[in-house]
Amino acid sequence: MEKILVVAHEKCTGCRLCEMVCSVKHTGVNNPTRSRIHIIKWPMEGFELPMLCQQCEEAPCIAVCPKDALSRDLTLGRVTLNYDLCIGCKMCVTACPFGGMGIDTVVQQVIKCNLCDGDPICVRFCDPGALQFVPANTVNLMKKRDAGLKFSELMRKSLISDV
Amino acid sequence: MALNREIAYIDLSTAEIKTAPIPIGVRQLYLGGRGLDMYLLYNHLEPGVDPLGPDNVLTVSAGLLVGTPASASARTHIGAKSPLTGFVGSSNMGGFFAPELRFAGFDHLVIKGKADGPIYLWIHDGEIEIRDASDIWGENIFDTQELIKDELGDPEVKVLCIGIAGENLVRFANVMTGMKNAAGRTGMGAVMGSKNLKAIAVRGTMGLEIRFPEESLEYNRQLIEHIGSTKFAQIMQKWGTMFIYGVTNTTGLVRVRNFQLNQQVGGNIECEHIEKYSLGTEGCYGCILHCRHKYQIKDGPYAGTYAEGPEYTSQGAFGMEVDCNNFETILVGNHLVNMYGVDTLEIGSMIAWAMELYEKGILTDEDTGGLKLEWGNDQAVLEMIRCIAERKGLGDILAEGPLRAAEKIGQDSIKYLIHVKGMSNLHSDERSTPSLALGIATGSRGSDHLRSRPAIDLYHLPEELLRKIYGGPKPYDGPLSSDYTSYEGKPRMVQWQEMMYEAIDCTGICKYHTIFLSPNLIRFEELSKLIYLNTGLEFTPEEIWDIADRAYTIERLFNIREGLTREDDWLVDRYFDEPTPIGLPIARDKCIDREKFKQMINEYYELHGWDEDGVPRPETLKKLGLDGEPSHKL
Repeated sequence: MEKILVVAHEKCTGCRLCEMVCSVKHTGVNNPTRSRIHIIKWPMEGFELPMLCQQCEEAPCIAVCPKDALSRDLTLGRVTLNYDLCIGCKMCVTACPFGGMGIDTVVQQVIKCNLCDGDPICVRFCDPGALQFVPANTVNLMKKRDAGLKFSELMRKSLISDV
Repeated sequence: MALNREIAYIDLSTAEIKTAPIPIGVRQLYLGGRGLDMYLLYNHLEPGVDPLGPDNVLTVSAGLLVGTPASASARTHIGAKSPLTGFVGSSNMGGFFAPELRFAGFDHLVIKGKADGPIYLWIHDGEIEIRDASDIWGENIFDTQELIKDELGDPEVKVLCIGIAGENLVRFANVMTGMKNAAGRTGMGAVMGSKNLKAIAVRGTMGLEIRFPEESLEYNRQLIEHIGSTKFAQIMQKWGTMFIYGVTNTTGLVRVRNFQLNQQVGGNIECEHIEKYSLGTEGCYGCILHCRHKYQIKDGPYAGTYAEGPEYTSQGAFGMEVDCNNFETILVGNHLVNMYGVDTLEIGSMIAWAMELYEKGILTDEDTGGLKLEWGNDQAVLEMIRCIAERKGLGDILAEGPLRAAEKIGQDSIKYLIHVKGMSNLHSDERSTPSLALGIATGSRGSDHLRSRPAIDLYHLPEELLRKIYGGPKPYDGPLSSDYTSYEGKPRMVQWQEMMYEAIDCTGICKYHTIFLSPNLIRFEELSKLIYLNTGLEFTPEEIWDIADRAYTIERLFNIREGLTREDDWLVDRYFDEPTPIGLPIARDKCIDREKFKQMINEYYELHGWDEDGVPRPETLKKLGLDGEPSHKL
């Protein structure tokens, strides 16, 4: 079943553990510039947002790739990069509106999130649950439940005050 | 590798910068962080220098495991001779500075001399530049960081800096990064100020090689699950250190009205109040505890202001010690000390002391400029924070720290001072807890809950469990007692925690992930595995103890060289002469017994291999390989 990596930014504590484990898993080295995920922070305002490849359906990176190195992988619901075909032109880096395509200057390759082939390590390490890997067709139900919880508290209060 | 980061020697007087690798042999003796900083200080400082003069040496470092998947290893250590105590200056902080320093290629900075005018250091991918900071001098902690990031054109730059208190050489000014991560103790901010060093900015893209990446990730995952499963972690994640207030105040283990009461009766500054103001919680690099709240001040002149914290310490500083019963005062006070860059603990203690002097008539309205320094006067407390940081009026005297201020104020003001070695105590009252009292009396940097406090002694743990913890890794079969009011076996607990915290401070792991407030967390065995998986260095738990022992002993040697004697490992008279007036029966009518305390100190020295004057014996130095220090290897 297709799953998606969803970000609940309000749960993010900005610890950047996701960046670290992503880099260590994929490169054996902790170098946040080689990580596929980044926490974008506004530290003096206390706001942070995990940013990573959105695995777009109509992906601009796929559209601009002159060598068809990028394609949609329907099984895992991701945009996949075939390094055998990639010529390193970096058109995808330019085209991606989210910064999802990066450049690893150590190995001189473009890099992107590959959802760790179905078991994203960032999700495994995100203790507060700001990153979740969930079935795509029920992601809105999860959100509805969260929103509904807040709503239900108000509803219950109103019932009590009616009595 | 995580072992290839360098030391940079920076002379601000001559603008000369040298870098050097850290030999593996030195790593094996001191690991890094606090341990290696202390080695560097002992080797680079001349005895007897003025802490605020150009001859003082400032070290800034990242621990050995910083930036690795080892649990919450984010801490920056800062060392120098302390302008507060004249002994070891040492303080560490979390945040994101230390990992970035490593990504930029360095583990230790040794900063000497004094710049002609305000400067900051810009360190990036192996390069170090000295830059003009004239435009930034005078800015507060928050704006300083933003201005530097703007100037350098990179929002990912991490900045460590001083605020106005550091510039004004307040002897307990801190060094900060982010909104609230502070190296608060022993006045390291004043040392930076005395060198005209406003800030250090770092940015790095150099990878940190992990020796066994897969195994390291897997082990960290296990630790996260284990740590996260403890009650302690779950409470910390929700409330931060403020949860402690409920336990300690209820029992009667806190300092209220300076030292007159040990419980805030009717105190209503519980952690739960934060809910009304909280916008969520923040974590330091790689940490799952995210123990600091993000909050917004609601009313008064700071309404709408964003801040982070507060810690239990600020509940003490602006709540218990000064007997204010208003949570908002704590929120505003915490924001002010962070903005000015001054140690919340020391400033709270100084204000509480001044209030007792005012009560006793030693300070009058004339001295305070008309400010009514009365218990519970919230506005006076907040005003005094400003006066101290800006060195105005009475604040100028208090900014000198406990002993110098007492000398200036005279009369018998010193009688009311609660300090050890010239550093104020946490707002805790140790009269019913001999182990905690021994810890503050002997701490190398002065009265201190983070050098050796066996906080888990307060849990009355079963003796079998105590034996499991304190019986190793170096064998110990002496007494251990579950009763925290007892004097039995406590020196071992203090020594053990001392070694634990020293080892942890060498690695840069946060104490909250170790045996500090929970008996279930990291100790020497786990540390051994973490060091191996991330660096490849092999140490048994016993060998890690030896490293800690060596590093702690070099701190002792440093202090002795600066004139420390046995008399400095002692408490003020009030601990012995004034019994606790209130609290639960276990904490009531208690004071420390002089004779038994003296005995404890003897026992503690003996465990360390120090003679009856507290001086390490020649054979102890030989055993630790310290008999040739200072050896000037680095």
